[in-house]
Amino acid sequence: MPVAEQTEVTRRKLYIAMIYGLWSLIAAALSIPAAIYLLIPPKLRKMPEWVEAGDVSTIEPRVPVEMVFRQNRVDGWKIQSEKTTAWVVKLSDAQNAQVVAYSPQCTHLGCAYHWDENRNYFLCPCHTSIFDVDGAVVSGPAPRALDRYETKVENGKLLLGSLRQSKERA
Amino acid sequence: MSWLDHRTGIETAIRNFLYEEIPASSGWHQVFGSIAVFLFLVQAFTGALLAFNYAPTPGDAYNSLRYILTEVTGGHLIRGLHHWGASMLIVVVVLHMTQVFLYGAYKRPREATWMVGVVLLLLTMAYGLTGYLLPWDNRAYWGTVVATQIASHIPLAGPYMSRLLGGEGAVGVVTFARFYGLHVLLLPPATALLIATHIYLVRKHGVAPVPGDEVKPRKKFYPRQAFTDTVAIFAAFMVLFVMAAAVRVPLERLADPTDTTYVPRPDWYFLFLFQTLKFFDGPLAVVGSVILPSLAVLALLLVPFVDRGQVMRVTRRTAAFGFVALALLGWTGLTVAAIATTPKPDNAVVIDYGAPTDWIGLSPQELAGIGYFRKENCASCHSLEGKAGVGPDLASVPIKKTAAWMIAHFKHPAAMVPGSSMPAIQLSDAQLNALAAFLLKLTPHNAEALANAPDFAVQAGLLYQTKNCGSCHQVNGVGMKIGPPLNGVARRRTKSWVAQHFANPEALSPGSFMPPYRFSQREMDNLVAYLFTLPD
Repeated sequence: MPVAEQTEVTRRKLYIAMIYGLWSLIAAALSIPAAIYLLIPPKLRKMPEWVEAGDVSTIEPRVPVEMVFRQNRVDGWKIQSEKTTAWVVKLSDAQNAQVVAYSPQCTHLGCAYHWDENRNYFLCPCHTSIFDVDGAVVSGPAPRALDRYETKVENGKLLLGSLRQSKERA
Repeated sequence: MSWLDHRTGIETAIRNFLYEEIPASSGWHQVFGSIAVFLFLVQAFTGALLAFNYAPTPGDAYNSLRYILTEVTGGHLIRGLHHWGASMLIVVVVLHMTQVFLYGAYKRPREATWMVGVVLLLLTMAYGLTGYLLPWDNRAYWGTVVATQIASHIPLAGPYMSRLLGGEGAVGVVTFARFYGLHVLLLPPATALLIATHIYLVRKHGVAPVPGDEVKPRKKFYPRQAFTDTVAIFAAFMVLFVMAAAVRVPLERLADPTDTTYVPRPDWYFLFLFQTLKFFDGPLAVVGSVILPSLAVLALLLVPFVDRGQVMRVTRRTAAFGFVALALLGWTGLTVAAIATTPKPDNAVVIDYGAPTDWIGLSPQELAGIGYFRKENCASCHSLEGKAGVGPDLASVPIKKTAAWMIAHFKHPAAMVPGSSMPAIQLSDAQLNALAAFLLKLTPHNAEALANAPDFAVQAGLLYQTKNCGSCHQVNGVGMKIGPPLNGVARRRTKSWVAQHFANPEALSPGSFMPPYRFSQREMDNLVAYLFTLPD
């Protein structure tokens, strides 16, 4: 091949390599920030706060009570004050018995479940997941026990903190 | 022929596109059209990303943009790309037009290509006009008030224009919705369609040749010219990216229709139009606002029908160069005049609401504490931003100490923390109290925001503290109630009233027993600006 033609071929290859290289850099410089922008959760600048759910001084041991309360939830650029429920159970009849509060959503697909008083279990109407009073899965497709709020009791009032996901069933 | 090409013809189409024949003279002067299309796509992409976190109604628009800027990771960069991309697009579109004009590339049979291009220039400006309102801060609001007023002065069509823009009487939710709808629903498909038409016409007539091209062999667009365009696009993108990352676009305070001190100004590329307005008064105002701009657009559209001679070498088109030089001179003159005649607001403090503003909720004492923290250079050992230092990180370590413990520790560090190498702080008890008050407010969530509190507010806090204003007045619920609480003073008074009141309280509030205060201009500016940022 004559030298002139050879240089022409090399130059052509260089052009093509540069075209691909520079466009890859541009694509990366746009898509990486976009992915960060969309995928990394926004900074939360509000401290989680304890909300009062209700009076637990008089509730019966091992009988779930549905408590409705208002809670501030950070929702994007807004703070929504919304009605929330929790199923509250005093685990025994001891003086300082532990009080637990379950999230009102089934751990399977998020349906609202309820306490079946006659059969003494939580029943989810969607796919018949059943949980016992301790929140453990009895039967059905639910992958894990009911999720619990952090709780503390002050002067007979139940305070709820953040929601903790329970462990997957082995 | 591949399977895919057999079914879709896509590969053949791309090949035909890339191997277009172009004149031998093609080169670096023809990159601007490609850059403009690229920037348009960047605008579409970053615009969609912003829309994912944006609520298009007035109050929420501001809050959601603040959310993008202060809480969403990378929000500043995406907004910066969109903001500076808009300016850059204007520059590139004008450069593209100038190149075509200088070369006379609009001549027969390319008149339609040129005219579609002029419409694209107008569309680019329409994005600028409508997008300006969307942050809904003071700048956006007041800029749009002026723009819609101009539209309402168009002879005959004026009332209909202002009705169309939802601006009968005021800029509010309807105007906002119209501008947003134009900006994201109507303009983008219109632009895409016209860009497609523009490119189709360029392909139909081919890239304009210059004299001498007819005797040289034509070349292919790919790879030589594609490489040239790519390098130019990359260079433009680098500039844009660096600007987006490095130059912060401030977010001003929420739009306030009652603000009588605001000096509205359009974006830089509209300043020349804005300045033109000022030359015409009274009934002639319409000349500057509507007639002259319309004539200019008409003249641009008709350029190919006025200049109809043979295509000449660019170096012999002296008249074209003269015209461009005149236009540049006129534009620069008007823009410089507009900037020079912008009155400086009496208080130069501008707060960037695109940064966290947790400091607004502090008491003046706590703000003064930030001042002492800075004065004593505490940050050289105690990081507030989660970095390791000689001393403990005062925000992330849960130090549950009382103010009394801290003050004792400040005076004799080693007495409270055996082995501590911290030097004793030489401040008065009141000053140490303020420092302790600030430290008690620190949490891992607000530390960085508080560490970056603007200096004017910190200086105001220090002044407030030394003058004991808190023994009569209340700020953010802290202080005594002998005098009026200072939150909401922005609603009740003007800045100049407050400044005069400091000098002579009795004169402005008869019966007041507040003592007069002599402040330096700097002190007065800081203090008044601070009082006017307090929440209601």
